[in-house]
Amino acid sequence: MTQELRVTNYPQVLTDRPTHYCPGCHHGTAHRLVAEALTDLGLVENTILVGSIGCSVFIYNYLSLDAIESPHGRAPAVATGIKRARPDKIVFTYQGDGDLASIGMAEIMHCANRGENITTIFVNNTVYGMTGGQMAPTTLVGQKTTTSPSGRSQEDTGSAIRMTEIIASLGGVAYAERVAVNTIKNIKKAQKAVRKAFEYQVKGLGFSFVEVLATCPTNWHMTPLAANKRIETEMIPYFPLGTYKDVLAKEEK
Amino acid sequence: MSQPDRIFIKGNEAIARGALAAGAKCFFGYPITPQNDIPEFMSQAIVDAGGQFVQAESEVAAANMLLGAAACGIRSLTSSSSPGISLKQEALSYMAGSEVPGVIVNVSRGGPGLGDIGPSQADYFQSVKGGGHGDYKLLVLAPGTVQEAYDLTIKAFDLAFKYRNPVMILADAIIGQMKEPVVPWTPEHRDPNEGRTWGLVGAKDRAPRLVKSLFLEDGALAGQNLKLQAKYKRMQSEVDQELFLTDDAELIVVAFGSIGRIVKSTVRKLRAQGKKVGLVRPITLFPFPADVLLGLAKQGKRFITIEHNMGQMVEDVRLAIRTVADSDFYAQLPGTLPTPDDFEEPILKALEG
Amino acid sequence: MSMYQDAIIAGFGGQGVMLIGNLLAYAGMDAGLNVTYIPVYGPEMRGGTANCTVVVSDDVIGSPIIRSPVSLIIMNGPSLDKFQPMLQDNGILILNSSLIDPAQTEKNRVQVFAVPVNEIADSLGNTRMANMVALGAYVQATGVLPVKRVQDSLVSVISAHYSHMIPKNAEALQAGADYVVQHGRYA
Repeated sequence: MTQELRVTNYPQVLTDRPTHYCPGCHHGTAHRLVAEALTDLGLVENTILVGSIGCSVFIYNYLSLDAIESPHGRAPAVATGIKRARPDKIVFTYQGDGDLASIGMAEIMHCANRGENITTIFVNNTVYGMTGGQMAPTTLVGQKTTTSPSGRSQEDTGSAIRMTEIIASLGGVAYAERVAVNTIKNIKKAQKAVRKAFEYQVKGLGFSFVEVLATCPTNWHMTPLAANKRIETEMIPYFPLGTYKDVLAKEEK
Repeated sequence: MSQPDRIFIKGNEAIARGALAAGAKCFFGYPITPQNDIPEFMSQAIVDAGGQFVQAESEVAAANMLLGAAACGIRSLTSSSSPGISLKQEALSYMAGSEVPGVIVNVSRGGPGLGDIGPSQADYFQSVKGGGHGDYKLLVLAPGTVQEAYDLTIKAFDLAFKYRNPVMILADAIIGQMKEPVVPWTPEHRDPNEGRTWGLVGAKDRAPRLVKSLFLEDGALAGQNLKLQAKYKRMQSEVDQELFLTDDAELIVVAFGSIGRIVKSTVRKLRAQGKKVGLVRPITLFPFPADVLLGLAKQGKRFITIEHNMGQMVEDVRLAIRTVADSDFYAQLPGTLPTPDDFEEPILKALEG
Repeated sequence: MSMYQDAIIAGFGGQGVMLIGNLLAYAGMDAGLNVTYIPVYGPEMRGGTANCTVVVSDDVIGSPIIRSPVSLIIMNGPSLDKFQPMLQDNGILILNSSLIDPAQTEKNRVQVFAVPVNEIADSLGNTRMANMVALGAYVQATGVLPVKRVQDSLVSVISAHYSHMIPKNAEALQAGADYVVQHGRYA
């Protein structure tokens, strides 16, 4: 018999409708972390969501926020325009790994480097989910996808890009952290990180970035449990969790 | 006989000043010749006006910044030249699809490819036929003088918000780089809260607003397209053109933008020689003054279209008059500079039939 | 016949040809006339040469681009080679004779005014005002506008930071005009 463990309360901004996500997918958890942070900080009515292209394209169906859909990869540019037009609003992008780290690499790098006072939630599941499991820029070497059927070859295609490390190196970044949501302990840490990212935006400190390591059981051809386990055994060793930049860290200590 | 109300500025600067007069608050750009005066001017002037200037990482990003800012209901613009406009087409399609108003300036240059940095009208097709993916239209305004560049930029913002549609200013390197006296003016009645019924500001005490162009539900995309087409039909009422000595003309020259003004000199010269020629200069390229041309065709007039490209607007002229007449065409070749003398021979030839 | 004048002004980068092109156009505008000015721009400018075209008219101006100008201000040799063949018959050519031998001009086809603009500017204390000397000679030779009108428009093209230079520039304009009055056409 399983026991239900209540980790948090149900935030109002989460709409009461079933998601289209596959069983075991972490998008729902990541959505919820955003919903909790915005609710706890009292930002819901003041926030504009910038969606992207990928499985999370329908995020506006699940978060009850003013929202815009952006072209593939361009969410940081769209968010820049919104923030410049409405500097008093809280603006965030929610992007997957294909969107952010491949077609949208230029936009995320320059948005971060300019120090746009926005937040990016980057959900990295090492695969293109919506289009059916093709190789992504974060696909691990050896990982099989529909466009790397023998496993990703470092020789031909390079290796998985570690975005948080790159983002942390840019001047305009206030906060960069990598989290996972595969265990309750990690969810708790992720909760704090997402909240902190929005807090930094409220304080006007600059660009804040949270990478969430996430499952894609369907395209990984795994059960939800096995996918959850892969986060621990394969992803975290290559994509270490932790804070890579925090402009307030020294003052706190 | 001093006229202190006139300022002497480049077309590029006139566009920038027109945008400020129209209340533009955000400018997003990227360097490309021959429009650099616009971002250079804006980098100071729009900030001084309490607005925002961003030199984007690319044309792609600049256009998407425009999408974001304009979705908030804030008057915003981007400017570029032909190769950069190609890169902006993605965002323009999204803006049209999700009904976001904004102004895009194309100080066009020669192509295809890198082409040259000289004047050209070879972006007519990509301006009036949509330009990016999907069935959509931009409103397209083509200034023929520096004053008109100023005036039409103000008009562009009004039209953009009236129809919630992107509007393009299609100029070229001649209009952008030349200086002429301009009488600056500021429009009087502008609703400071325009966009309040649809702009993104945060969902406070109301249902969330959604700016999107994805319509997957059964029939939804068809519905959206029908709605857009109905809007494009309403835009027909905005058609505008200059008619010069057309009443008794036997031959109508159709030319737009810089070529329109240069041909006007040719027409004036030929008139002095007793030749019955007139000019129709479309000011709106979409909507296109098809009815005006058809009306002239029905009077038995003949036509020649002159463009600084290998033949683009001539297709719309022919389409407009197809039931009663046809149009000759003369190409001012890409990479060459037009002068009134160049057009005498082709016009005379067309006049003689 | 209505009043019409066009000019191509050409020289090395740094000789101030764009500045006097602007000044001529401003003076025309300040006189209530229609004017256009168009510069060369972009890579064309990188080679160290510069030119601009100015049209002044009391009628609507069609083309700001002129293939066969009625007048030229030529500040260096390469510009003479490029633009003299385009000058209309009997057109007016203001030549910087400090740098170019007037014998190279088509003096029987066009009206040449050979003006040692560098020496005149030097005598006024500043070589850099050679452009103003040339423009002064130009307005005198063409009669397009009174010299006084051009002098009064200096304030429009010289930035506030250099406003103390306006009297000297006005003097240079006058010196160019005077030279044409005294020496007339090159024959």
